[in-house]
Amino acid sequence: MIEIVIGVLLVFMIIGSIICLETRDLLSAIIAIVPVGYFCGIIYLLLGAPDIAITQMVVEVLSLIILIRATIRRDLTTIEEERDFFGLVSTFALIFVFFIFGMEAMRHLPPFGTPSFTLNPSAPSNRYLMMGLKETGAGNIVSSVILDYRGYDTLGEATILFTSILGALALLRVYARKRGKK
Amino acid sequence: MIYYLCFILFLIGLYGVCCKKNVVKIILGLWIMEYSVNLFLILLGYRKNGIPPIMSKEMDVIEFYKKAVDPLPQAMVLTSIVIGLGVLALMVTVAIRLYQRYGTFDITEMKKLKG
Repeated sequence: MIEIVIGVLLVFMIIGSIICLETRDLLSAIIAIVPVGYFCGIIYLLLGAPDIAITQMVVEVLSLIILIRATIRRDLTTIEEERDFFGLVSTFALIFVFFIFGMEAMRHLPPFGTPSFTLNPSAPSNRYLMMGLKETGAGNIVSSVILDYRGYDTLGEATILFTSILGALALLRVYARKRGKK
Repeated sequence: MIYYLCFILFLIGLYGVCCKKNVVKIILGLWIMEYSVNLFLILLGYRKNGIPPIMSKEMDVIEFYKKAVDPLPQAMVLTSIVIGLGVLALMVTVAIRLYQRYGTFDITEMKKLKG
């Protein structure tokens, strides 16, 4: 049952992304990507990941604001013609090769509904689920993983976020500092 | 079957990155690829009839362990989504600077570094 619901939502996501990539107007393209992210959040909710669903919704709104900042008051001329023939052919060859290797890799995955930690007794998720409440005192195992077991990972995430925002601010600065002058 | 649909979504994003000429469309293609990769990782951790990995008071640990979905991909994807937002902000900034420099979003017009 849940597979059918997720499949339908994924088909909607695929349709939305095709519309987003193929529409002429840039503003429409940006607005067309927002439902894709919302469907993604609904699928997270169905898959038992409410934390990620909340994060996805917030990130979706923020990304819409950022992307509209890129296109508002710009000259929204449509770029119609595609790349030259050789580039197009090589691109489709690349996508085809990627498709073949991906299909080959998909055959070796465990079937949907059996996560890999149930097949492997030494996987770290077993310990997180069994001992998480006792060791960290958090009922939500996801927050006990990101804030306690893998706290350095979250520190690295904060570092990357800080660095990227710093880079964005450095690039957006209007007046470059003049060398040798005060 | 769901894995295949997710993979098709990734391929659509790859098509957008490789074939489009507009910088904003390329950014949107990368963003679609990110959706599909995050979704694929969460799909791998799903257990049939699973419950979210949040323990309530009246729940036994053994019973919780038998029913909960995998918490580790969820924690990693939570990190990945937030990093994706930072990278998106950086890419949009680069696109804005390119527009100010060249007056267009078309990547075939940007030939200053062509060699």
